[in-house]
Amino acid sequence: MATPIAVRVLEGHVRAYRHTWRGTTVSSVATPLMFLAAMGLGLGTLVDQGAGADRTLGLPYLVWLAPGLLTVSAMQGGAGDGAFPVMAGMRWIRTYHAAIATPVRPTDLLLGNLVWAAIRLTVIGAVFVVIAVLFDAMALGRGLVALGPATLTGIGTTAVVSAFMASRRSDLALSGLFRFVVVPLFLFSGAFFPLSELPAVVEPIARLNPVWHGVELTRAVALDLPPTLPWSVHLAVLVVVLVGGIVWGHVSFGRALRS
Amino acid sequence: MEPLFPTATGAGPLVEARQLVKRFGTFTAVDGIDVEVAAGESFGFLGPNGAGKSSTMRMIGAVSPPTSGTLRVLGKDPVVEGPAVRAQLGVVPQENALDEQLTVSENLAIYGRYFDLPRSVIGERIDGLLDFVQLAERRDSKVDPLSGGMKRRLVIARALINEPTMVLLDEPTTGLDPQARHALWDRLYRLKQRGVTLILTTHYMDEAEQLCDRLVVMDRGRIVAEGAPRDLIATHTAKEVVELRFPHDAQEVAAAKLDGVGEHLEVLPDRLLISADDADAAIREVHAREVEPSTVLIRRSTLEDVFLRLTGRTLVD
Repeated sequence: MATPIAVRVLEGHVRAYRHTWRGTTVSSVATPLMFLAAMGLGLGTLVDQGAGADRTLGLPYLVWLAPGLLTVSAMQGGAGDGAFPVMAGMRWIRTYHAAIATPVRPTDLLLGNLVWAAIRLTVIGAVFVVIAVLFDAMALGRGLVALGPATLTGIGTTAVVSAFMASRRSDLALSGLFRFVVVPLFLFSGAFFPLSELPAVVEPIARLNPVWHGVELTRAVALDLPPTLPWSVHLAVLVVVLVGGIVWGHVSFGRALRS
Repeated sequence: MEPLFPTATGAGPLVEARQLVKRFGTFTAVDGIDVEVAAGESFGFLGPNGAGKSSTMRMIGAVSPPTSGTLRVLGKDPVVEGPAVRAQLGVVPQENALDEQLTVSENLAIYGRYFDLPRSVIGERIDGLLDFVQLAERRDSKVDPLSGGMKRRLVIARALINEPTMVLLDEPTTGLDPQARHALWDRLYRLKQRGVTLILTTHYMDEAEQLCDRLVVMDRGRIVAEGAPRDLIATHTAKEVVELRFPHDAQEVAAAKLDGVGEHLEVLPDRLLISADDADAAIREVHAREVEPSTVLIRRSTLEDVFLRLTGRTLVD
């Protein structure tokens, strides 16, 4: 039986990863370590001693923060996995152009990259969970289940960012994307402070951030608490972002590679 | 010599285009061309940059849908049966698009999987292909440090991994030094001898003369001439060309005096070209008209002269 084309594209990612796994493994361990230490322990000590203590669901700040950090890390990683491989394939080394001269179609490249991002984000997230368990910030079982919504947030971002980058004619969009889209989504995601701490006029706007829905869902699963809105609403937002990104990517990859 | 792989023979042209048009917005890249390529033929699109060669190749390669006209590739409609057409093609794109952080053999292995070839088959083919393109010793080297000529040969090996019926080469030797070009031509010539159908684009007339059984000359999206290289030269120019160079400012005066010498006089920015069946007679006539060029060169007519004659412009600016 023929192997689905997107799976064959995925095989290429796995093969290429043999050359790059060292660097990404170091950063996937070092980043959560630094964040948990700086925000959880450093900033957390201040929060727990001050007025913040009862605003984080009565939990130590580190415990409250860890699921949110898991989600926004997945979102950031997902944005990178959407931006750089697509720019390399479309413009920098143009491997996508070589690939579509074969039976591979543009959408196979999109889906192959997406599945690869899902695998990478799951592995990196699992590393994060283990480190959080060592920090006493998470229970292992619930932490691993919470990988689901966190990774879903990440690959949704990969899908949308891939679609966006494919629609750009130059790579100038890259720095703008990270500075003006990824960073605000990261900061105002409810990972570092509850959105209810924002001024009343700003809070409803921040709730439009899809990453907030991912943070809420991940935190609810990891800490066994009810989320702010119904589960179905948070989940629906994440699914719509992923499906919307795939549909947009189907169009923009086709336009970029099949003109 | 053992065949590299069996090639298709059979009835019907491998490429059949009628009134093929490709537009990008208001720009017409390909403007109603008719082309037919037979199995085993080595066919060329010759023309300057922007003539519409690459757009035509992308349509034949089933990656770019025609705006209008009909196109059959390997007996199929490339728009409807794109993956099936591409499964039988080998493509050498203008840019190598190799993954430089991977090794030579990994680049071939990933590409082979795109065609759903079993890994064992890919492994065997990689050995044969690397021998063929003379890169066997570099099998496990990264691509990055390879020379331009080696990378180009690797791209040819990549295009052959699926044992294609037809190979499309877009500007195969542009940017290579003369030695690397000849090495590449040698490999392509061997492919041709083995009966592989080749379609190539080039703006080098020597490349077209070396490799093509038949070619079309393209200019501004249209075909301006078609035939075997020798026939095109015989039809559109005289046998020989006399190149005359003059001291600064003297060329214009000389050109006015030389009207009617030989079959045709072409004025270029740096020299005058007289095409003539009898070059010696033409030179005697130049002297008889009291024109004294600083240098005189007699050479055979080439496709460059055909192009110049047909379009009034040179191939390489």
